[in-house]
Amino acid sequence: MAANDVAMATEQQADPKSPEVMSAFYSRLYPFKSLYTWLSHTPVPISTKDAGVPKSSTNWTHREFAFTLQNDAYLRYNSFQEVDDLKKQIMRLIPSRFEIGAVYNARPKDKKTLPASALQPLRRELVFDIDMTDYDAIRTCCTGGAICRRCWAFISAAVSVLDTTLRRDFGYQLLLWVYSGRRGIHCWVSDESAMVLTDDQRRAIMGWLEVVKGGKDMVKKVNVRVAGGLPPSLQSSLDILNENHFMPIVLEDQDCFGSRQGWETLLELLPDREVVSNLRKKWEDEDEDDYSSKEQSISERRWNDLRREVKAVAKGSTRRAALMAAMEDIVLQYTYPRIDAEVTKHRNHLLKAPFCIHPSTGRVCVPVDPKMVKDFVPEDVPTVGQLLGELDALGTKTEDPSTLNWEHTSLKPYVDMMDEHNRRILQAERERKQAENRKDMSW
Amino acid sequence: MAALTARRGPVASTSTKSSAPLHVENHFQPHYPYRLNFYDTPPQFDVTLEQFESWGLDRLRILAEIESSFVRNRAFEELKGIVNTQQKKYLTLNSNTAINADKDAERKKDHVSHFVLRLAFCRSEDLRRRFIKAEMALFKVRWETDDPKEREEFLKARAFGWGDVSDAEKAELEPHLKACLNPKQLQYFPQEKYYKVPWSRVPDLVHGRRVYLRAGAAYVPSREQSSIVFQQFQADLEEAMEMTARALPRMDEDRLTPILDHLSKGFLAGVASEYSAPESGESVTADMIDGLAKKHFPLCMRALHEHLRKESHLRHQGRLQYGLFLKIVGLSIEEALAFWRKAFSGKMSDEKFTKEHLYNIKHNYGLVGKMANYPARSCQTILTTYPPGANEFHGCPYRHYSEDNLKTALQSMMGISSHDMQDVLSSVRTQHYHVACTRVYELTHGIRKGEGLGGGETVNHPNEYCQRSRELEKSKNAAAADDAMKID
Ligand SMILES: [Zn+2]
Repeated sequence: MAANDVAMATEQQADPKSPEVMSAFYSRLYPFKSLYTWLSHTPVPISTKDAGVPKSSTNWTHREFAFTLQNDAYLRYNSFQEVDDLKKQIMRLIPSRFEIGAVYNARPKDKKTLPASALQPLRRELVFDIDMTDYDAIRTCCTGGAICRRCWAFISAAVSVLDTTLRRDFGYQLLLWVYSGRRGIHCWVSDESAMVLTDDQRRAIMGWLEVVKGGKDMVKKVNVRVAGGLPPSLQSSLDILNENHFMPIVLEDQDCFGSRQGWETLLELLPDREVVSNLRKKWEDEDEDDYSSKEQSISERRWNDLRREVKAVAKGSTRRAALMAAMEDIVLQYTYPRIDAEVTKHRNHLLKAPFCIHPSTGRVCVPVDPKMVKDFVPEDVPTVGQLLGELDALGTKTEDPSTLNWEHTSLKPYVDMMDEHNRRILQAERERKQAENRKDMSW
Repeated sequence: MAALTARRGPVASTSTKSSAPLHVENHFQPHYPYRLNFYDTPPQFDVTLEQFESWGLDRLRILAEIESSFVRNRAFEELKGIVNTQQKKYLTLNSNTAINADKDAERKKDHVSHFVLRLAFCRSEDLRRRFIKAEMALFKVRWETDDPKEREEFLKARAFGWGDVSDAEKAELEPHLKACLNPKQLQYFPQEKYYKVPWSRVPDLVHGRRVYLRAGAAYVPSREQSSIVFQQFQADLEEAMEMTARALPRMDEDRLTPILDHLSKGFLAGVASEYSAPESGESVTADMIDGLAKKHFPLCMRALHEHLRKESHLRHQGRLQYGLFLKIVGLSIEEALAFWRKAFSGKMSDEKFTKEHLYNIKHNYGLVGKMANYPARSCQTILTTYPPGANEFHGCPYRHYSEDNLKTALQSMMGISSHDMQDVLSSVRTQHYHVACTRVYELTHGIRKGEGLGGGETVNHPNEYCQRSRELEKSKNAAAADDAMKID
């Protein structure tokens, strides 16, 4: 049998819900060392028995891990002395996935022996969670858990706006974007100034970032203007969305105003009775076949109809200003990042660890380069079955298959990406320590 | 009391700036140039144990009113009025322009009492959070009522680490800075001075997008300076409280522990008052109690009364709680003996009563035993001591009854409608029992929500509840009498 066939066969059999598959994944593929450095902001100790090797930092030893077992049992408040202890426990429990929480003032595993409410979260990466389900009302290609290359474009728009905003407004530099394995993306910010944010401050960031608000019953979900204008930060975000995202996603590909329901929603977002009635008359009489036969999408034509109507309103009038504002708000409503605020606001919120396997898709939660997010294809992300297949295929050619690990699979570029990120974290940590020493000296 | 400072000093020293406590005599009067205080340094002088407790208690009264204002969702302006009234009573702070006031003494009391309560409230996360929130509000009220000139000097005296924004930078950022202002503020832009602060110092402004941010720096107009100051006050206090909490187990001053316990319990009960003065001096007779109970007693006493009437019996703690209450209501010892003898007669012979209860009733009145004039129990005592066991009916129904039993009691005894019930129960569920009781007072007396016992005051003693209720009735009767006169 050719190696390729072996890989194929394994891939087909690999059920991410099977303990054997997950056990093989954790023991042979999971990059524990990269995880350690990323969370602890320190290099992995060569050997803990060596004299002079510093103990793991509290970033690691006081860090909460939570495990979801195969039977869906959920175990909170685990913590570990060394990275090997985490690995041992994972090999023992074979969780379907595990999550990362805050760094506490004591070891989370001692919770039971501590006085009530003595265990308090101190530090935590600033995290964001963007999930495709929040886009269900506007995407036209898929619903629910499904995601495709087309609706990923919404995520890609969200990532470019949020990534830019966090760097530009807040000055953060150590951002790691991670595909959630199915239909969303997470962002972990590891800057020291982000690690120490209180819940109040995290809430404040969400206040700054959150633009699309309100449930199903609220048609207009964007209300962010100060005296008619957009705050500077949102103006910059709007420029990004206008330039790169609104037209290709909303107008061309998703054709959000193509259906009757789609354009009715658009009209509801316009504050001008006359313009609305003109457009309604036009669009109701239109033969849809007439439209779709042309090169432009229906939505694009309708958006242009709207522009023409707005142009016809006297320049400088309040009516025209209101319409212009409404059009900008529509761009925001359809493409601005929809962030799950609760995840961000609390330090003790748990979030799935990078490189876990999504139990229903089998895909690895891999890091994503925000500069390349446009070209990221969720379907191309390696699955656990594929990776184990690659190892098996190599194993037939290698003398000692136990030496094989993620480096020999298509997981490598993703682990490399995290290691590169870790190098930046370590560099920042060194600089911070040096600055602190200088400050101490000056006393 | 020199020893007190020597030992308490290191504990109260929550600031890294503090050096070893200075030994000064009791009459030492520190000088405070400003009315506002950031409480950066703990008191470095002696206070007496009595000052320690009574000053702490006085501050606590104010904080308790602030907290109950939060629970009742009072607007800040309303809260400000209440705090100002309370401050005049318990913790006056005059500005530098006041001439006939011992400002340093006032400010010393403010300084000391703040640190006393830090010690009392650092001990649990919940207490710390509540204390910080209340202190923040107190600071805000004082900030807003401070003389603007003195306030500016106070700010200048403390280094906040704000970076100046140069005119060139302001000009460069002008469009961005202006975009954060509303039209009213725009006209002041040319004169406006800007500061650069780490954004995390002004979370409120960031949350509301009211500042311009660049690479983590917030550009704050001087008009918003108060926001930075409040945030700093809170952040510093949070840090200090945590350090105090860590240092506290090392405190070996056993004379302070009971005082601190007392203070923190007082905060939990929402109050800190002893109500021992007899009411108005007018006498109440045994046969008046049934009528008074229906109209004027709070639920805790009403429940004891109903049980006594139904069972002709009350257990020891119930007799104490109710008996002392009735004493303060105005029942003389003779009337009390008559009342209890009759109340127990359904199940007890006269002889047995004399043998078993006469002494205790006299004891309550300080006529035998230690001859102490025992005060009636305050809400604080009722809430936090002697929790009722099975078949006992003392305590605070809001705290000690199950929700079902409480509902039944409120319906049958106080006539609370199911419509109003949720309002009362929601306070109970968040453990604000005194607020629940105050709400019942309002409902049963036809008083607007938030008015409380008058002027927004919260119930903190059953006798106060009863007295205010009786006063209210009297003034209504007087008004009715006036009206009756006018008809002719
Ligand atoms: Zn799709």
